[in-house]
Amino acid sequence: MGNLFKKMFSRENRGRTASYLIIIIAYIVLEIMRLSGNMTNLLSSLLVPVCCYITAAIALNLNVGFSGELNLGQGGFMGVGAFTAVVVSGSLAGVIPNPVIRLILAMIAGAVLAGAVGWLIGIPVLKLQGDYLAIVTLAFGQIIKSLITNLYVGLDKNGMHFSFVDNHLNLAEGGKVLISGPMGATGTERIATFTAGAVLILIALTIVYNLIRSRHGRAIMAARDNRIAAESVGIHIANTKMLAVVISAALAGAAGALFGLNNASLAASKFDFNLSILILVYVVLGGLGNLNGTIIATTVLVLLPELLRSLQDYRMLIYAVILIVIMLVSNNEKMKTGLERLRRKTGKGADSHA
Amino acid sequence: MALLSYLISGLGLGSVYAIIALGYTMVYGIAKMLNFAHGDVIMIGAYAAFFAMTRFGLPVLLSVLLSMVVCTVLGVVIERLAYKPLRQASNLSVLITAIGVSYLLQNGAQLLWSSSTKVFPSILAGGSLQLFGGKLSVSWLSILTILVCIAVMVCLTLFVNKTLTGKAMRACAEDKGAALLMGINVDRIISITFAIGSGLAAIAAVLFCAAYPSVYPTLGSMPGIKAFTAAVFGGIGSIPGAFLGGLLLGIIETLAKAYISTQLADAIVFAVLIIVLLIKPSGLLGRKISEKV
Amino acid sequence: MREEMKTDNRIPVLEAEDLGIDFGGLTAVNNLSLKIYDNEIVGLIGPNGAGKTTVFNLLTKVYEPTRGTIKLCGQDIGKMTTVEVNKAGIARTFQNIRLFMNLSVLDNVITGMHNTVVYGLTDSLFRTKKFRESEKLAEEKAREILRIFELEDKADVPAGSLPYGEQRRLEIARALATEPKLLLLDEPAAGMNPQETEELMKTIRFIKEHFGIAILLIEHDMKLVMGICERITVLNYGAMLASGTPAEIQANPQVIKAYLGE
Repeated sequence: MGNLFKKMFSRENRGRTASYLIIIIAYIVLEIMRLSGNMTNLLSSLLVPVCCYITAAIALNLNVGFSGELNLGQGGFMGVGAFTAVVVSGSLAGVIPNPVIRLILAMIAGAVLAGAVGWLIGIPVLKLQGDYLAIVTLAFGQIIKSLITNLYVGLDKNGMHFSFVDNHLNLAEGGKVLISGPMGATGTERIATFTAGAVLILIALTIVYNLIRSRHGRAIMAARDNRIAAESVGIHIANTKMLAVVISAALAGAAGALFGLNNASLAASKFDFNLSILILVYVVLGGLGNLNGTIIATTVLVLLPELLRSLQDYRMLIYAVILIVIMLVSNNEKMKTGLERLRRKTGKGADSHA
Repeated sequence: MALLSYLISGLGLGSVYAIIALGYTMVYGIAKMLNFAHGDVIMIGAYAAFFAMTRFGLPVLLSVLLSMVVCTVLGVVIERLAYKPLRQASNLSVLITAIGVSYLLQNGAQLLWSSSTKVFPSILAGGSLQLFGGKLSVSWLSILTILVCIAVMVCLTLFVNKTLTGKAMRACAEDKGAALLMGINVDRIISITFAIGSGLAAIAAVLFCAAYPSVYPTLGSMPGIKAFTAAVFGGIGSIPGAFLGGLLLGIIETLAKAYISTQLADAIVFAVLIIVLLIKPSGLLGRKISEKV
Repeated sequence: MREEMKTDNRIPVLEAEDLGIDFGGLTAVNNLSLKIYDNEIVGLIGPNGAGKTTVFNLLTKVYEPTRGTIKLCGQDIGKMTTVEVNKAGIARTFQNIRLFMNLSVLDNVITGMHNTVVYGLTDSLFRTKKFRESEKLAEEKAREILRIFELEDKADVPAGSLPYGEQRRLEIARALATEPKLLLLDEPAAGMNPQETEELMKTIRFIKEHFGIAILLIEHDMKLVMGICERITVLNYGAMLASGTPAEIQANPQVIKAYLGE
């Protein structure tokens, strides 16, 4: 027992332990508040979305922080996961009445499909050197939004019906439309839960922490730090970066799945460029390669506009100003050396920063 | 004939993209940053021209000039306050700051002028040029837009190649350190680049709003993203590349709308971008840069 | 003659023949032939711009040779990629240091074992027994290598915060971790003071003996080159000017002319 305790707080595992503790404690406190009725409707409606954003941001940090590749399509991967989950959950509703099992299956399906899409994008792009992943994921985000906006999916006693661009599902009587073009998903059964969200974050953390402290993770960071040197020690750059892209996309897909099943109706336009950018902001403000920072920054930044609600129209303006000021201050040379000194003194900064 | 007419209106749309893309590509070439707020400068330019025409009743040409002045000043101020302190910072920090500036402009505009759409007044008498006995009709606006784009391109090329400032800009794009050693005031050159790019954004704003006459706070996002795509398409950092990329993008978008599907036009545009990048990673006219080992 | 007789029936670790590369119309390296045997240190010297680093880049396939063949222990490696060349057994250092600056010193060396201590992705994600055993083995090996380079005290420090001389040594350590048959060192003593260079010579000799590998090194420090190389090849304008023992090279009038000018 003492041994485990020592291991949990060793230099190597300190960050990981802190992450788990933050999530578990926050979950318990919030769940008690919720069940005892001491939570505003606004806050309780944000619980699942925050979990989704945190997961997507942790996943994005794998790309941007650890792999050093800018991904501007995380929203698109979430969209793939969300609409996959809506279709899977909707079509299994008659077969599997248990919502928990259906939620798990839908999230797995969302993760698998988003991961597969990530892989498809990665094959050609990762062979190229430069910021191509950024541009191609940006384009991909636009494409996926556009495609889902034109997608119609319905279910009736004859099975699934798909149609594209124009709605001619021709459902039999009693059939149900799952995705209806520009309207998006409609009449989705809301089976997402806060517990599922917390578990998803814990899984994402475990995957990313386990990955980066392994042969594969070291290769990912080596390829980021020095591509040519990494090749010289036998690291295949494209394969290595692909691993980060696929895992990140799959986690974003699972997060999107949870998000999709948390809303009765959801349009594809939710998963646009702005969402991708929003998640990127969480990651950069939280610190590249710093997962605790990601968790905290995401939570604060999701809640901030809500907390500023009393300021009404000014809230997004203030949000923008805060963003700019943080960037200017954190990149100020004097501030930087001061922070560095502080960090040395406290002996922190165990993980590898970009 | 229908094809020819689509091609011409595609060139018109493409001309607008090209003018915006020039702003992206020049800033990228010299400051090595993606100015994601560029689209929102267009939006401000649109509002400026809108108010000049409707509230102050200024003539079109004067409104355009006023809008250019507003955007130029805005561009330089943004650069000074938000980007200049980040010269030594990582690309990502600059990107996030640009996103912050973009939010700021959008929400500022919403606060000042509300999110409701304003109808942009027409800048031309309207109508169209009838050719081949009425078989081919080309809107005057398309012709004007194409002519303006050509004029911009010619002026910019002359400026960059013939003037001392233009040469200094090219030197900065090549190697900022060396340019500094040659006595070039790099900060001034970057300011000028932002000024030119933003001024061009105002022209693009008026032409864009003349074609799609609604003005609203997020107006600049989509043309911004598409023009950025055009710049990458043509080879980011290359002025002729931005020109070519913009025109091609406009043509592809118009043809896709006409012949394939209006709803899927955007998806097709971005798919073409991906395909071009896979075949020619540095863009159509971009230069390949390899790392020295 | 003496050379030929001595090495007649051994397969060289590296055998490059008629190697050459053109950049556009410019011939950077031409007609280069090199043979390096087990347990041998060979020096590659020449004036600045003679094409020495280009030879390294050809051997490790950073550049695609225009002409010639490269064999490693008899195996043709001419068609391989940089990654495959490393797996086949060539490791290198770089003239302008290329470390994984954000990783710790220890992790830099362990990263060198990417293909020597291997386990799968599922082992990583589920922390299997194989993962734990492999990681333990890798760390032990890495610490052993760090000890050779007197870097064991700095194991947990980020590589980027090491002083210059230690960064050079770490680069060699990382290269060794890939368990190469042939080690290419690009100016290992650059920027070191005479005392550090002296230490480095000892270390290089120790590596050769301890690991029994072949070493090809580029160096401007003639004391180091003459002190530890068994044979030396001189490059000038991309072509081989001379090849022989340090004594022969020092006495070669062409070499003296190339270095000192007319």
